[in-house]
Amino acid sequence: MAAPIALHLEFGGGAELLFDGVKDHHVTLPSQSEPWDMKQLLVWIQRNMLKERPELFVQGDTVRPGILVLINDADWELMVSGVSWSTSFRTKIMWSSSLLCMGVNRRPHKKTECGH
Amino acid sequence: MPVFCSSCENKRAVLKRPKTAHSLCKECFFWAFEEEVHHTIITARLFNRGETVGIGASGGKDSTVLAHVMKVLNERFDYGLKLLLLSVDEGITGYRDDSLETVKRNQQQYDLPLKIVSYEELYGWTMDAIVKQVGLKNNCTFCGVFRRQALDRGAMMLKVDKICTGHNADDIAETVLMNVLRGDIARLRRCTAISTASEGEGVIPRCKPLKYAYEKEIVLYAYFKKLDYFSTECIYSPNAYRGHARAFLKDLEAVRPSSIMDVIHSGENLSVREGVRMPVQGTCSRCGYISSQALCKACVLLEGLNRGLPRLGIGKHHRLHGKILAQQPLTEREERKLRAVDF
Ligand SMILES: [Zn+2]
Ligand SMILES: [Zn+2]
Ligand SMILES: [Zn+2]
Repeated sequence: MAAPIALHLEFGGGAELLFDGVKDHHVTLPSQSEPWDMKQLLVWIQRNMLKERPELFVQGDTVRPGILVLINDADWELMVSGVSWSTSFRTKIMWSSSLLCMGVNRRPHKKTECGH
Repeated sequence: MPVFCSSCENKRAVLKRPKTAHSLCKECFFWAFEEEVHHTIITARLFNRGETVGIGASGGKDSTVLAHVMKVLNERFDYGLKLLLLSVDEGITGYRDDSLETVKRNQQQYDLPLKIVSYEELYGWTMDAIVKQVGLKNNCTFCGVFRRQALDRGAMMLKVDKICTGHNADDIAETVLMNVLRGDIARLRRCTAISTASEGEGVIPRCKPLKYAYEKEIVLYAYFKKLDYFSTECIYSPNAYRGHARAFLKDLEAVRPSSIMDVIHSGENLSVREGVRMPVQGTCSRCGYISSQALCKACVLLEGLNRGLPRLGIGKHHRLHGKILAQQPLTEREERKLRAVDF
């Protein structure tokens, strides 16, 4: 049984707009039988934190292309898949912005659906 | 278990480069990124000693990274350039304020002169006023067309020799793809060019020093350097079709990172068969800007706004150009068509 994990999550580059505009989040992942990994974390974020438009955030079981994820200030693409979370991880998730249109009214939406 | 830098082999790697799949530490990444931009500048001979170069600055990540790198390289390699920041204020309440504040801080941080030109002074219309007339749906047409000229007009006011913009590899690949999809051969030929020579009066040569830089690296460069940028920049004339092209490219990149560069190379190496008809590049008879029609897009849009016919520039209404130039009144039917705005 893995113990609960306290995690510092940061959203940036516009991704925070999907989370009520809040960039910094301190969350606790509940204990579960298997260790937490990115896939499970994304599902958890989606269920417990995401306020709107999940399709802007996830695609399949990973983050949408165009979103960068940093774990302890390093590109998560450096890690071999199946990395499991530990308490010392500070995670930053940020949009590289080009797929997200902020429009004039600042409501984020996919560029594939905006008709300006 | 930390991954080590494949270059210096003694520091912790912070990113995997999409271009090379190398794992690099911060210092080695900064160096590689800057050296590659320098290499681009030198091989394409983008600048000449003594020139005044205006950096198109929006406060967004691309232009902030461009301004920073240009400043660093100009000093490191003694290019002998006079650099300045050039910004456009569209006049959108609450939208541009933050990004213009960012540009003003960049001016201090990089110790570069800054000139902000406003739509109001260039066109007599702010974006807010335009939105009131045309609605939110069509405003990006205006924004994109006006912004392109605004940079030129601002640059002329400042007697700048060249303009450089922050277009990155992802932007260029997207444009290649768009032009293929639209069958726009003339644009397809031009869009991969790293610089445009002066195309006549009123047009200042432009170049793209970040042409071979991936967006991911630009974002991470800005992030690790802690550069001050504004993340919700308004991207030039976004539209649904372009959005799909971008999303498609990002999906391809996720499968194979070299896709971005591959698309650019395809665009660069396409040759157009002789005998393919190309549009004749002329100049706008009202303002002198390059245009394949009698009136450039900006002048048509402005005419529409000033006559209270905001749809004038949005569809294709080339046959009305003659009438507009001659200041002739439009028929009632023509007017009715152009007045309707669908929200
Ligand atoms: Zn939009
Ligand atoms: Zn290194
Ligand atoms: Zn014109």
